[in-house]
Amino acid sequence: MVNLTIDGIKVSVPEGSTILQAAREVGVKIPTLCHHPDQAVKANCRVCVCEVEGNRLLAAACAQPVMEGMVVKTRTPKVIEARKTILELILANHPQDCLNCIRNGNCELQDLANEYFIRDNPFTLKVRGLQKDYSTPSIFRDPDKCVLCRRCVEACTVVQSVNALGLENRGVLSMVVPTMGGDLIDSACVMCGQCIHACPVGAIGEVEEIDKLLAAIADPDKVVVTQIAPAVRVAIGEEVGMKTGDMPMDVFVAGLRQVGFDYVLHTNFTADLTILEEGNELLQRLKEGGTLPMFTSCSPGWINFCETFYPDLLDNLSTCKSPQQMFGPLAKTYWADKMGIDPAKIYSVSIMPCTAKKFEAARPEMNASGYRDVDLVLTTREVGRLFRMSGIDFDKLAGSNFDSWMGAYTGAAVIFGASGGVMEAALRTVYEVVTGNTLEDVNFEVTRGITGIKEAEVDLDGTVVKVAIANGLSNARQLMDQVRAGESPYHFIEIMACPGGCIGGGGQPITKANAKRVERIDSIYVEDEKCAIRKSHENPEVKTLYDEFLLEPLGHKSHELLHTHYQAKNKKYL
Amino acid sequence: MDYKDIIASYASKPGGIIEAYHAVQKELSYLPEEAVAEAARVFNLPVSDAYGVATFYSMFSVTPRGKNVIRICESAPCHVAGAAQVIAALERELGIKMGESTADGQFALEFAECVGQCQATPVITINRKPYLDVSPATVPTILAEYK
Repeated sequence: MVNLTIDGIKVSVPEGSTILQAAREVGVKIPTLCHHPDQAVKANCRVCVCEVEGNRLLAAACAQPVMEGMVVKTRTPKVIEARKTILELILANHPQDCLNCIRNGNCELQDLANEYFIRDNPFTLKVRGLQKDYSTPSIFRDPDKCVLCRRCVEACTVVQSVNALGLENRGVLSMVVPTMGGDLIDSACVMCGQCIHACPVGAIGEVEEIDKLLAAIADPDKVVVTQIAPAVRVAIGEEVGMKTGDMPMDVFVAGLRQVGFDYVLHTNFTADLTILEEGNELLQRLKEGGTLPMFTSCSPGWINFCETFYPDLLDNLSTCKSPQQMFGPLAKTYWADKMGIDPAKIYSVSIMPCTAKKFEAARPEMNASGYRDVDLVLTTREVGRLFRMSGIDFDKLAGSNFDSWMGAYTGAAVIFGASGGVMEAALRTVYEVVTGNTLEDVNFEVTRGITGIKEAEVDLDGTVVKVAIANGLSNARQLMDQVRAGESPYHFIEIMACPGGCIGGGGQPITKANAKRVERIDSIYVEDEKCAIRKSHENPEVKTLYDEFLLEPLGHKSHELLHTHYQAKNKKYL
Repeated sequence: MDYKDIIASYASKPGGIIEAYHAVQKELSYLPEEAVAEAARVFNLPVSDAYGVATFYSMFSVTPRGKNVIRICESAPCHVAGAAQVIAALERELGIKMGESTADGQFALEFAECVGQCQATPVITINRKPYLDVSPATVPTILAEYK
């Protein structure tokens, strides 16, 4: 242990700790901007400078290792003045656009400018006038706002191994750019949106489409129907001042009705349906010698990744559409019929934790219903804005139930929102289908948690099925390289593009640390425990759907509406 | 020599990408996108990293430019000695502005940092050769070597 003093407080920390870590240990708050709790030290913004007794120069607390007997002062006039100057210099290159910014009220630079009461910046404002990039349907970039912290670059390269973002030039000319300095759409970007969570400011964000929803609600000829993805409920409360997991589902539904949705249905319904289709597909592949291991196909960022980097493994992907895209065509065929609503009038909106879902809904082939299957995708953050704008008091709002035929769900669908959830849900069903026995304990603990790669074995009446689960695309890459080399021991692999799974999706409330993802994962399993039915094949409305419409899993109708194919993206540069 | 062969010849050198880039530039005067992508492949880097290297160093250019690259030092000693007049003479003689290339693809005009010849300012370099004590009057003679 190393002993030092910070602002007169004695502290002992392990060797190799930084001043920042030591300060946090004793509750001394040092401001940071480029620092990210789950990333490597960058030390490029210098906002965290402190005085170290005996040193002429100020030290960056995030990077400076502690030394025995060190005396650190974090709040002297010299330190405060230096930090103010650093902030003024950063702000002198930053558009004074806070009122119009997507991160207004949730910006690390704005917070610092406020904390250090930056008023009259002595430095002349010099904004570079770089072009905004709206080339993708999911993510926009506003490079003028970039503070060059490089957190997005680490998210894109180290966490996701996509390498769509990199640096161009040097010194005052340097900037973060997509590959070869081109547009994001031409890079290998998979639209996972992890760069958005990494960005401390408004330089990257989701493409906002709230206005399209408001126009549809205002149109008397449109029936506005929505579906909510499994991971949204645990996080939406964070957008309206609640703790993670605290928004009750029925109050969330009531809130959506207040906003003006005509019908509120649930993606969980099609998550259960996915398990029946995908589970049977797995059994068919096992029985008939199909391509193995089979990969799950729920995560559109992952699908983009596979189409971009592993086009030779597309046959391994389950042909099942994601729950969002199973919901789309069913809402405009089966559900429209059940409700006696003209499908041409249905405006189908999905609420997703995901930015890649916007891209997925816009894929040209997603029109199996004869219409655009999903008309609009809103992220959890956009729905948060919608709620705040609507002035809904969730503490006083009485709950409301989902509408019929596509609103019922089981605990197996709930856990789709967390890494390992699709696998666990599939195992709950596949076990019973294969063995004919009732699964007494539905909890497969080994599949749970934020660990990058998990594996398990399940004995299905003598056949041992080996499964693996990866969250975060650099982890997925490891499993894929194994498959490509012909060395994968697995039968079934679940991949979710985002760390922690959909609860950490690119459209979720801005997630500043993996610790928040873990909190959301815990909430997901609490919700699962509370469900009376926890196996997808016991969902009563899914049973009705098969009895009356689909007839059987992998049947003719299923293939027409619920299954798809994939295409190599052939990106120019990877 | 084809840029692919040039890059391949540096493949086994640790950090050879920078030398490979210099060699490609010697042939083509700049680094075309395809050469950057090829270097990424050969040195097993993401294209975004290979592009980062190509744009980090001011000696490399990722946009086409004239075959003979004229660099003018604008650091203080050259400035005091009259670099501005040399620049004006070069621009007039070649009919282009700083940062541009001539239409025939023969010359490019760029700024350079100090090249370490401050005893004889102003200094320019053409390709890698330095010219010392340059004045507007000597510019046409210097350029004639390359025409």
